[in-house]
Amino acid sequence: MPIGARRVLRGDRQALARLISQVENRDPSALPSVRALYPYSGRATVVGITGPLGVGKSSLVNLLLAHLRSDGKRIGIVAVDPSSPFSGGSILGDRIRLARPPGDDGVFIRSMAARGHAGGVALATRETVRLLDAFGMDVVLVETVGSGQADVEIHEVASTSVVVVVPHLGDEVQSLKAGLFEIADVFSVNKSDLPGADSAARYLSEMTQLVPVTGSWRPVVIQTSTVAPRGIPELWEAVTRHEAYLDSSGSRQTRDRQRLTDEILGLVREQVDAQLLRALEREPDLQALLDRVVAREIDPHSAAERLLGEVRRPR
Amino acid sequence: MSPSGSVGPIRVLIAKPGLDGHDRGAKVVARALRDAGMEVIYAGLRQTPEEIVESALEEDVNLIGLSILSGAHMALFPRVLALLKQKHATRIRVFAGGIIPDEDAKKLKKMGIRAIFGPGASLDEIVATARRLVGPTHS
Ligand SMILES: Nc1nc2c(ncn2[C@@H]2O[C@H](COP(=O)(O)OP(=O)(O)OP(=O)(O)O)[C@@H](O)[C@H]2O)c(=O)[nH]1
Ligand SMILES: [Mg+2]
Repeated sequence: MPIGARRVLRGDRQALARLISQVENRDPSALPSVRALYPYSGRATVVGITGPLGVGKSSLVNLLLAHLRSDGKRIGIVAVDPSSPFSGGSILGDRIRLARPPGDDGVFIRSMAARGHAGGVALATRETVRLLDAFGMDVVLVETVGSGQADVEIHEVASTSVVVVVPHLGDEVQSLKAGLFEIADVFSVNKSDLPGADSAARYLSEMTQLVPVTGSWRPVVIQTSTVAPRGIPELWEAVTRHEAYLDSSGSRQTRDRQRLTDEILGLVREQVDAQLLRALEREPDLQALLDRVVAREIDPHSAAERLLGEVRRPR
Repeated sequence: MSPSGSVGPIRVLIAKPGLDGHDRGAKVVARALRDAGMEVIYAGLRQTPEEIVESALEEDVNLIGLSILSGAHMALFPRVLALLKQKHATRIRVFAGGIIPDEDAKKLKKMGIRAIFGPGASLDEIVATARRLVGPTHS
């Protein structure tokens, strides 16, 4: 077994941190360890916490962390934030809200920028979650901002998705239309210390009756508050109920197979993209080829065929 | 995974140890580093040296930037350095900003704080220094 993997299994937090960086950077030197650790994963419960900006996702994660730690569970947290489209940099601020006793080895928190590499957040996030799983975490909580694409991807990573909304549903209705409704296994109506929580929860419950579901699970709606703590055990209870449903209905298997299919295809796509880039770099005639397309001498399909031939050519 | 671009962006932890509650300066620096393409983990106010080092290790950062106005730098900064040493993590470079008298700055640099910026430092200078501290392997 590669030394990196051995160190992770031994509980070496710095080795884990390093491996996560390599996975994020899509660094092939992580591959031997990532491969060796795969058989040790598949035990953790992976829960996505997603929703629009500022609804209290990190605050909820923080209280869930405390709740689960008091139960003796080991917890991994991955907080994903978008990168700036301009500089590629980002400010990852979710840690501010996460408190824990100093030196608590049962927790590992990692902030991640959605760097927008091919396959988006999903590949790197999934592998990071899997490393935390192999490291021995019982539960991995993944926080993502509900900006359309990322939430849908959380569905590819987590077995239970919690969608967080707040009482004033104006903007959220839009986000729900944009796909959040489809992925929610559990809704948290957070900030329920503010007025309007009851009607928001009722509205959501009614919606869950209207939207067609696959299988027999209807999203559960839980009112929560993190400032006047409320609903946290209930929220976790809803998550466990959904997890139990996944097992009893057999849909865990179906969904796992689907996720792994997506993952494998994603990995193939990543390789093909890389090969295509290399082939393009090797192709001195690319400009000439382009000139001919521009001049209407050949069509784009033929140019694509030529490039494809270049990718397939053995080196 | 692809061999191209396997070195990621520079990762920096920005933290404010000590008891003062002003993090405007730290936030401005965080934004400048982000705009320079870095991933900035913003750890927030009133962090203990233990929390700072723990976060830095989990986040696998290249750099820690400490901001302080409370005057407790001579107690807190050496503690961060000592903890990094204890964890065999001196690869993580530490720089600092805030109100730090010249005399203290000299001592702190001797102890291993790589750069110290006063209130007048330009953001360009801070960004350039951060890049230099990490070295040429990163973009
Ligand atoms: N009134 C009220 N405010 C809350 C509650 N939970 C969080 N907040 C506040 O909402 C703001 C955002 O909280 P976060 O936990 O950072 O929210 P988030 O969804 O993680 O934010 P992003 O990661 O930036 O999208 C903070 O000012 C919190 O204090 C709640 O239950 N009630
Ligand atoms: Mg957050």
